[in-house]
Parts: sequence; C-alpha cells; structure tokens
Amino acid sequence: MVRKPLAVLVIDENRIRASIIEAGLREAGHEQVTVVHDVTGIARRIAEIEPDVIVIDLENPNRDMLENMFQLSRVVKRPIAMFVDRSDQASIEAAVDAGVSAYVVDGLRQERVKPILDMAISRFNAFSRMARELEEARNELENRKVIDRAKGILMKSRGLSEDAAYTLLRKTAMNQNRKISDIAQSLVTAADLLGPGES
Amino acid sequence: MGFEHQINAGFMPLFDSAVLVTAKEIGFAAREGVDLTLNRETSWANIRDRIAIGHFDLAHMLGPMPVACNLGLSPLASDTIVPFALGLGGNCVTVSNEVWAGMAIHGALPDLDPARTGKALGALIRERAQAGRDPLRFAVVHPHSGHNYELRYWLAACGIDPSRDIEIVIVPPPFMADALAAGRIDGYCVGEPWNSASVVAGTGHIATVKARIWRNSPEKVLGVRKAWAEKHPEALAALLRALHHAARWCQDPANRGELAALMAQPAFLGLSPELQMPVLTGRLALGGGAELAVDDFFLPFDKAASFPWKSHALWFYTQMVRWGDIAHTPENAEIARNCYRPDLYRAALKPLGVALPGANAKVEGALTTATPVGSAGASLILGPDGFFDGGIFDPDRIDDYLATQKFTVAHA
Repeated sequence: MVRKPLAVLVIDENRIRASIIEAGLREAGHEQVTVVHDVTGIARRIAEIEPDVIVIDLENPNRDMLENMFQLSRVVKRPIAMFVDRSDQASIEAAVDAGVSAYVVDGLRQERVKPILDMAISRFNAFSRMARELEEARNELENRKVIDRAKGILMKSRGLSEDAAYTLLRKTAMNQNRKISDIAQSLVTAADLLGPGES
Repeated sequence: MGFEHQINAGFMPLFDSAVLVTAKEIGFAAREGVDLTLNRETSWANIRDRIAIGHFDLAHMLGPMPVACNLGLSPLASDTIVPFALGLGGNCVTVSNEVWAGMAIHGALPDLDPARTGKALGALIRERAQAGRDPLRFAVVHPHSGHNYELRYWLAACGIDPSRDIEIVIVPPPFMADALAAGRIDGYCVGEPWNSASVVAGTGHIATVKARIWRNSPEKVLGVRKAWAEKHPEALAALLRALHHAARWCQDPANRGELAALMAQPAFLGLSPELQMPVLTGRLALGGGAELAVDDFFLPFDKAASFPWKSHALWFYTQMVRWGDIAHTPENAEIARNCYRPDLYRAALKPLGVALPGANAKVEGALTTATPVGSAGASLILGPDGFFDGGIFDPDRIDDYLATQKFTVAHA
C-alpha cells in the first residue's frame, strides 16, 4: 500500500530551532516540509500548503489566532493539539514540556503523526540542551573574568602573587560554603564601591 | 516552610489576574497553607491545554472558556469547573484614531455611551461599504471570550451584524496595541491595561467599555480541572479562602499604589505602574485629552464579584448558541449550568462568616439600582446590572431569551 506523503508545516519564530526540526523531518523521510517563521498572512499559506500536520511552538502567542483561523477556514476541521494518543498522557506531557503543539487535519491516522511529534520533541529538547550549554559556557566565561579581576585586586592591595590570590579566594569560598565566583563578585563589587575615584 | 497544599496555576498578563497574583505575592495563599506556583502563559489555548493534561491544577481563565471546554468545543476535552470568579468588568473597546475621527463625524462623543458610539460606528461602516472599502477589522482575544460575546452583543444591538458587516480576528492581549498602531486592525476589545496602552501611545481612542455595555458583567474566572478538584477538595477550599482575602485586598483603595507597583513588575505585566491606575480608579483617559470616571469599571471584590453565578455561565451559553458555536439542547444547557460551581464557593467561604448571596442564579439586567440582598450576617450589595439596551436575561427562560437574540436587522 502506497501512502500519500504527509505535508508538514512547521511554525516557529525561532529560525535556528525551526531549521533543526525541518532537518529532522527530512532525515526521517518527510519530503513535504514547509517552515514558516512569521504568522502574518498565514491563512493564505495554509490554504496553499494544505498541510496534514501543523507543528507549532507552544510559546508562540499566536496560537489562539491560529486555532480560530483553522476553525473558520476548515483547513483543520477541528484543531487538535498534540495528537499522539489521548490515552497516552506521558507523551502528551512530554510534548508540552518540549514546547510542541501539533494540529492534525481531520481523518489523519494517529500512528502516522506520532513519529513526527516524537521527532519534533527530541529536536526541541536537543535545541534547549544546546541553548542551555551555550548559556553555561557564557556564564563560565563571565565567572572567569570576575575571578581574574578579583585576583588582580588582591594582588594589588595585598601584594600577593597570582597563585596566592587565587588560594585566598578558594579558601574563603570553602570557609563560607560559597562559590569562588560569588566571593570574587563580592570583592569586585566592594572594590567598585570603595573605588579610587571616591577615596 | 511546611505547606499543606501545593497548587500549580497559570495566568495571562492581564490586570484581572491580580487576585491570583496577590494571593501569592501578598501572602494570602501561604496563610492558608497553600504553596501557590504561578506560571505566566502566552496564549489562552496553552492555559486550557495545560489544565487538560494536568500541568496546571487551575488557572486565570476566560469566563466562557470552561463552558466551551465542557461542551466539547475545544480540542483537548477535559472537565473544567468554575468555583470562583476573578472580577467584573475591566474591558474596553478601543478604535484607531482614523476610525474614531470617522465615528465623531457621525455623532460619537467621548462619553463612552454604547448606544451613541454604536450608532456612529454603524453609520461609518455603511459609509465605507458604499464607498467600496474593506470592512473594518476588529480583534478579540479568543473566540470563547467575554470580549467576543460583548463586542458582538453591542454591535448587534446597534444594528451592526458582527458576522457580515465587520471582520473579527483573534490577537493576543499584549499584541493589541501594536496591531492597532501598525494598522493591521481597526479596533479591538480587550482587558486593561492594553486599552490605556494605545491611548498613552496616542494611537487609539476608547469608544466604550464593558461596564457600560453590561454593567457588573462577568469576565475572568478561576478555571479548575474537575478531576483535580475532586481529589483535592481541601486544597481548593484553602485557595478559595485565600482568593477571597486577596480580592478584598485588591478592592481596597488604600492598596492601589502597592497593587499597581506589583502588577507592573516584569513577571506580571511589565508596564509602568501609572498604566495600571485607570483600571483601579475607573478614571479613564479616552484619547485626545478626554477623560471620564466610570462607575464599577472593574470590580475584583465588591458586588459579589467573585461569586460564580450560574446565570453568567448560562448567558455565555446563549451567546455561543446565538453565534453558531453550538446547537441549543437541554443537555448542552445543563452542561453550561453545571460548569459554574457556587456550591464549592459557599462551602469554602462559609467558615469565614462572609456575606453569601441567597441564590445561585439571578435575572441579569433586573437590578437598576444597587440593591442589598438577603444574606446571613454581613450585608451584600448587588448590581446595578443592566444591559445598555434594556435587555433582561432570565436563566429560567433560555428559549424565550434565545428567540430575542437572533440577529434581525434586514440586510440591504
């Protein structure tokens, strides 16, 4: 039995994430994937594409507008959010946690939609992991800068070597059960307040 | 901290989330042993769906939304009940400067009078149609919203067919002012502070207000997942008591400054405290320098504002029938009636000895003046609750009401 290929529309204002999802869908053999970043004029696009499945980011505030439009245009006779399986609470929750919502055109079998949603969920998760790692790396860099400044302050004001300055910071952090970067930040803030301009 | 109950709630950035927000932030929930977590959401659809799948136990919700949900009008059907209302009034209809100028030519005055402004809008719409221009486009926040139904009610009562003479689209509340400024819509009906936002920006005029279309009319409610409520009756009752105290606090003029500052925070509305004041004082800048004080503009507590009247649920139901969302059957009317739960409200608040209404439903539009009603102990004042066109809604005579609610203006 030859199945008609599914037309999938991905609506995501985040271009990077949209392209990650699109790539995943293509790898999974879905050829008819359209990505839309901006919902203005979406009604016409949907009429042209006639998608079987619409995947949208839950953070998109235009969800209410889209839902209403589907109802009016009858493109999606009854908008259905994330239709894995109604009984499958866990996968619905996973979809929501990952920020995915999907609208499925009436009559489409659920088992054909599930792989698409599973893929979208894993790509969403991969994207947020990436974003988190980027954020952590940025924090790490910021921390290093603050620690370097704190070391400089100690070296100058206490006449310490760089190693000794770092050891002092670490010891203080251990004694107070705080992070070195927190101790360094306090020192930098204090030094700014007492800054040479004021004294 | 040793909280007795954990409750996860959703809300949308609108001023009428204030009762829920203050329950958490001013500490009323904690005092009742409730650890209340607030989640700001981006769409009403998210709120509805997250309640349905159990991410949220309850949420700030549009009044008609739980009714629509229980009637099977939303995708993820799950029973949602309403044991508490989050306020009366609070919405306005705002139009672009261009539309206001056109309405003014046809007799609109900055007096918020729904009949006068509606008549002027009708004349403008006919003039535009004759000139072959596109119909005006108005926005509301959701199809199953008080905004959609009150806008349609007002237009229809003024001889404008909201399904033919104008276009109604959906725009999220925080985007309304921008959409108007960019010319993508010509007017909108939304809660505060998203009307004052357009006035302050100089891009819109407030034409009329919900409090004038239907005085003391229902707006947002507390929507609760029924399965959760049945499993956690004590947690729900504790929260309802917290919300009662929070609503009373929100109504007190002495707290206006603190409340405006709280709601202005980025976690809630993220707009200046000054912009929160019109909804609190009822003194509205209408645009073009005009100002007006509106009685009962928004009530979080007074006039039994938190009581979940079954007549409110049923009125929303009649409008769903009127505009073709659902067919009228005795079963559907029963679903709507059972959605609002004054019994849970009474049970939770009875120990506080507060004034409770004597009935669960009232004839809407029957009170022309503020009226004290019989209630045990403390006194309670209701109304006035009139519709601007003099309409009366008797929840015991739904069929008769529906017969009067057809749109009957003859189209040329």
